[in-house]
Amino acid sequence: MPAAFNVNAIRKDFPNLHRKVHGKPLVYLDNAATTLKPKAVIEAVKHHYTYETSNVHRGVHFLSEQATAAFENTRKIVKEFIKAAKSSEIIFTRGTTDSINIVTQSYGRAFLKKDDEIIISHMEHHSNIVPWQMLCEERGCVLRVVPINDKGELIFEEFEKLLGPKTKFVSMVYVSNSLGTINPIKKIITLAHQYKCPVLVDGAQAVNHLPINVQDLNCDFFAFSGHKLFGPTGVGVLYGKKEFLNRMPPAQGGGDMISSVTFEKTAYNVLPHKFEAGTPHVAGVIGLGAAIEYVCSIGLEKIKHYESQLLAYGTRALKAIPGLRLIGTAKDKAAVLSFVIDKIHPHDLGTLVDEDGIAIRTGHHCTMPLMLRFNVPATARASLAFYNTKAEIDTLVKSIKKAKRLFP
Amino acid sequence: MTSSHSHELYQQVILEHNKKPRNFKKLEHPTHFAEGYNPLCGDHMYVYLRVNRERVIEEITFEGQGCAISKASASMMTDSLKGKTIPQAEKMFEQFHKLVIGELKPDKDSHILGKLAIFSGIWQYPSRVKCAALSWHTMNGALHKVESVSTES
Repeated sequence: MPAAFNVNAIRKDFPNLHRKVHGKPLVYLDNAATTLKPKAVIEAVKHHYTYETSNVHRGVHFLSEQATAAFENTRKIVKEFIKAAKSSEIIFTRGTTDSINIVTQSYGRAFLKKDDEIIISHMEHHSNIVPWQMLCEERGCVLRVVPINDKGELIFEEFEKLLGPKTKFVSMVYVSNSLGTINPIKKIITLAHQYKCPVLVDGAQAVNHLPINVQDLNCDFFAFSGHKLFGPTGVGVLYGKKEFLNRMPPAQGGGDMISSVTFEKTAYNVLPHKFEAGTPHVAGVIGLGAAIEYVCSIGLEKIKHYESQLLAYGTRALKAIPGLRLIGTAKDKAAVLSFVIDKIHPHDLGTLVDEDGIAIRTGHHCTMPLMLRFNVPATARASLAFYNTKAEIDTLVKSIKKAKRLFP
Repeated sequence: MTSSHSHELYQQVILEHNKKPRNFKKLEHPTHFAEGYNPLCGDHMYVYLRVNRERVIEEITFEGQGCAISKASASMMTDSLKGKTIPQAEKMFEQFHKLVIGELKPDKDSHILGKLAIFSGIWQYPSRVKCAALSWHTMNGALHKVESVSTES
């Protein structure tokens, strides 16, 4: 049993939590869209812009050395955070979407060809569907989709059936942003590897809920965003095994990704710089480092434990509301509560609870195929983080009940 | 900070039209038809019109699924446009559009919107403006023989 979790102390670290919306204290339940930022992150970004503004990997002057050191220090922090073997396997990107696109554009275009099959699941975010569709269109590859059951769980036997000699890539979400489902990702990776098939894990919704160990998972690629991990927007990570990254061509050309350029011939830089063309989001990367340090100072095991209690409480509370149906009831689930309510469209609910200062997401959550699977145009989604409380869930329930009275 | 006006958005008239939408059916043999789509919320709407030789809207109906705002707006639109001429409908479309984006203030500016002025507060909810406008854009698309209308184009 982890030590007591002091949520009130944690809440003091997040300035956003202390503002009001429509005259009511903000209840922020849209963490799967983006998370709030702790003071440590805001200060790190501010410090960079106030005192250390400089480009990285370029100047010999003092500021550039300082900024480069801070930037590269984050690479070490990320390496430790996801337990990668080497810092050079950590590539900074614009976010999960960018990370996945680098893999489709670089690995995909170099190594996948006509009739090769790529497997994804029915619960993917558009960012893990569309880049593969674009590749399929260009290369004549075939996209295969693993179906899910009514609880929103991957049907593992169907995945086994889809795997075969033609399967050349598996790209799968770890935690579903719409359903909260935690996929048995290690089992998926192990099985795919029996078919000599590399696996990309979309970890966008996993890194803030679960401890990650990419070597233990043995995934070949792992993608995540900074802003869903309490860090800045516009920065993310692509982890790739060195043996893959070394074989892959750069996805973009430009400065920093070269070792020498003449008009006849350009030699590419070593890892990770080969994949980091142009001036990166220096302040964002530094802020991401601060975010990871902050999360680690609390501890993901503790976070997981606290959030599972919140999820259980929230599930019970929402289920008790007549006419409310939870979408996504997997056995293994992160703190995401997607639901629909009889006679109230999710958008009306979203506007009405907003009046009480509550931020939830309403819509298709960039998972349109999933909405079709459950035969709903949209859902309302409350997604929780470790700074949320049972009292906030009570506020949501009260507000939903109030909205229901408008739509008898 | 803006104060909250949801009560203004969800007035009794709107809730009532949402619950019992008028002219909520498919029209056989329409002269004009279009499908409207709001990709942000996945809402689909179909608007059917029967326009006679004098360019008068004899019948106007709608079908589809959507939030209370889009449904009520569509219902009230059909009520308002029945019997109107196409130029009148176009004028109302133009005014309604200005109303929902906050450019027409019904208490100050002259208009022919009648009870549709109830949507005057919606400009304060930028993400909901499209809900109110979907049926009108679909109707306008139908009149101009555009078969598919999206709020995102």
